[in-house]
Amino acid sequence: MWLAFLLVSVLTGFTVAVFQLHRLTQFNQIDEQLERRVAALSRDVRGGPPPGERSGHPPPEGDFAGPPFPGPRSDSTRNGPPEMFRGRREIRLSAATLGLFNEAEQNTYYFAIWSRGGAPLKRSANAPAAVPLPERLAGDTRTHLRMRQIFREAFHFTELGDCILAGRSINADLKAVRGFTWWLLAAGGAVLALGLGGGWWLTTRAIRPVEQISAAASRISAGNLSERISGANTGSELGRLAGVLNSTFARLEAAFAQQKQFTVDASHELRTPLTVIISEAQTALAHQRSGPEYRETVEACLDTAQQMRRLTESLLELARFDAGQERLQRDAFDLAEMAGACVERVRPLAARNGIQILCDLVAAKMLGDTDRMGQVITNLLANAIDYNKPNGEIRVSTRAENGAAVLSVCDTGQGIAAEDVPHIFERFYRADRARSRGSSHSGLGLAICKAIVEAHGGSISVSSQLGAGATFTVRMSASSGP
Amino acid sequence: MRILVVEDEPRLLRNLAKALREEGYAVDTAEAGDEGLYKAESYNYDAIVLDVMLPALDGWGVLDKLRKQKQTPVLMLTARDGHNDRVRGLDTGADDYLVKPFDLAELLARLRALIRRSAGQARPALELGDVVMDTRARSVTRAGEPVTLTAREYAILEYLALHRGEVVTRTTLYEHLFDENDDTLSNLVDVHVFSIRKKLGHDLITTRRGQGYCIER
Repeated sequence: MWLAFLLVSVLTGFTVAVFQLHRLTQFNQIDEQLERRVAALSRDVRGGPPPGERSGHPPPEGDFAGPPFPGPRSDSTRNGPPEMFRGRREIRLSAATLGLFNEAEQNTYYFAIWSRGGAPLKRSANAPAAVPLPERLAGDTRTHLRMRQIFREAFHFTELGDCILAGRSINADLKAVRGFTWWLLAAGGAVLALGLGGGWWLTTRAIRPVEQISAAASRISAGNLSERISGANTGSELGRLAGVLNSTFARLEAAFAQQKQFTVDASHELRTPLTVIISEAQTALAHQRSGPEYRETVEACLDTAQQMRRLTESLLELARFDAGQERLQRDAFDLAEMAGACVERVRPLAARNGIQILCDLVAAKMLGDTDRMGQVITNLLANAIDYNKPNGEIRVSTRAENGAAVLSVCDTGQGIAAEDVPHIFERFYRADRARSRGSSHSGLGLAICKAIVEAHGGSISVSSQLGAGATFTVRMSASSGP
Repeated sequence: MRILVVEDEPRLLRNLAKALREEGYAVDTAEAGDEGLYKAESYNYDAIVLDVMLPALDGWGVLDKLRKQKQTPVLMLTARDGHNDRVRGLDTGADDYLVKPFDLAELLARLRALIRRSAGQARPALELGDVVMDTRARSVTRAGEPVTLTAREYAILEYLALHRGEVVTRTTLYEHLFDENDDTLSNLVDVHVFSIRKKLGHDLITTRRGQGYCIER
């Protein structure tokens, strides 16, 4: 669009300039020729060059006793030339002069000479029929140019009042100019067309990939996230753009898949306790039951409902972390103190299972949400107790290291198999498949720990070998916090 | 009829076993896939209720291995209900598929249908001369008059009726009447058969000496 506009304006300007230049040149040429001829004629008629070619040159002093200028001189016969010039004069034109006029040709230079009185003295054979006598401004002997229809004429008045006129039909020239004009327009049009066409072709070639990419991108974002934009491996900028878009789509697809998986898993997890409740209730209602039996059924329903409640709360918590809505406090506290407090809280539970907890708590300051971090530590400790072997032990340690507060919880339990280790923080992942579902683990504990730790900008990791226990390490930044 | 229930959620397992026993089935239980497979291969259950998500070996694994040896009717239970899961379950060899949470009555009805079908019996009512058995209501009438049978008696009669024309050994009857937790007296079957004959007539069940019992066609 803009290119077309620009092109048109440039071409127009150019064309016009060329045209004008040509025209001017042509006319200047013609004028020059005319003046030359007028000069020649004048020389012949008067025996000397006309006074001043155009304007500005004063007539030579004293050569011709022409009457002074002022006063209207419509009738130049009043102050006529001396007697000897009266009557028909014979004008002799030199051969050179005549050579300038080709009297046989119609459309070439012609001349006409009038005497002072307006009587035609001589005219060339090819002069047009009626060449009107030009008007003379008072005493003016300059050479003038005029356009008369298709004739361009130069004339001048001698001091004696003769009028010398040379003219030329510029019909042919006009035609030529017109022809030239058309030619110029055509050429200009062609150039314009070529320019526009070429420009349009080039831009569409350049735009097409962009349009392709944008069409593919809108298609993908509207529906099928697994599609990818083609041509993403060329080194050009567009190729790189396509590559970036593709990887963005890949990430989006993965995120959506994960979301979907989470929702599916969550609903499965909730279906099982629901089944228990419905089954218990229906069984109880199938026959007449005794009081204690009803009691038992109701208790079972209640337990299961509580289990569901815990599950849904964990799910909501995870969802809030996912949405970034969880607001965490930024308090400065000592991880070692917190770990110590959590250990004391779970010691009774550990003791019941014969598990010993050994602490090595070195001061490790950090910024974070005390409740949440307490949740993380307690969760890790509870896991360590549950997955431990009887009379096993747990080692809890904290330390400050390179500006980070590090906590580690190590147990002597059954460990985690190598293929499970990368997945252990995933939601609902239960590595211990052999463990019956009856335990209270929802499969979300570690996922929540991970969410809390990462919301603080920290990291959590595990190292374990099957049969040799597991060590969970939490690394929190001492200064930046959530 | 003897049923195996394989389910890892202990409360649900307990509850299902109880409900099925109240329906007159003998019920064995298993909490993991490998245990379930072992039991399924060891006994000839009349039907198996199999959960999909099991520890050690999941439901599909159990079914796959089981089908190499036995054609026991299997009803799969699961919390997953994607179309793929249903198709997969049925194609792997399950005879029916129920999604949790299910209606207990529906489970029982489907089990009855499975058992009937595997015995070649399409309709719920079995006619044995002037004795009519309604397997849905678990009731028996003789010449239109209702007859009361104990649960065990009904079970024996039902089994013999569903395998009409076949000679059923005592051992088989034991296996289908009592679950693994029962300590039985060896002649309990004879006692029950005697009782049935008293109530429904001596011609109903024939004794093949040395072989077993049979309801003739």
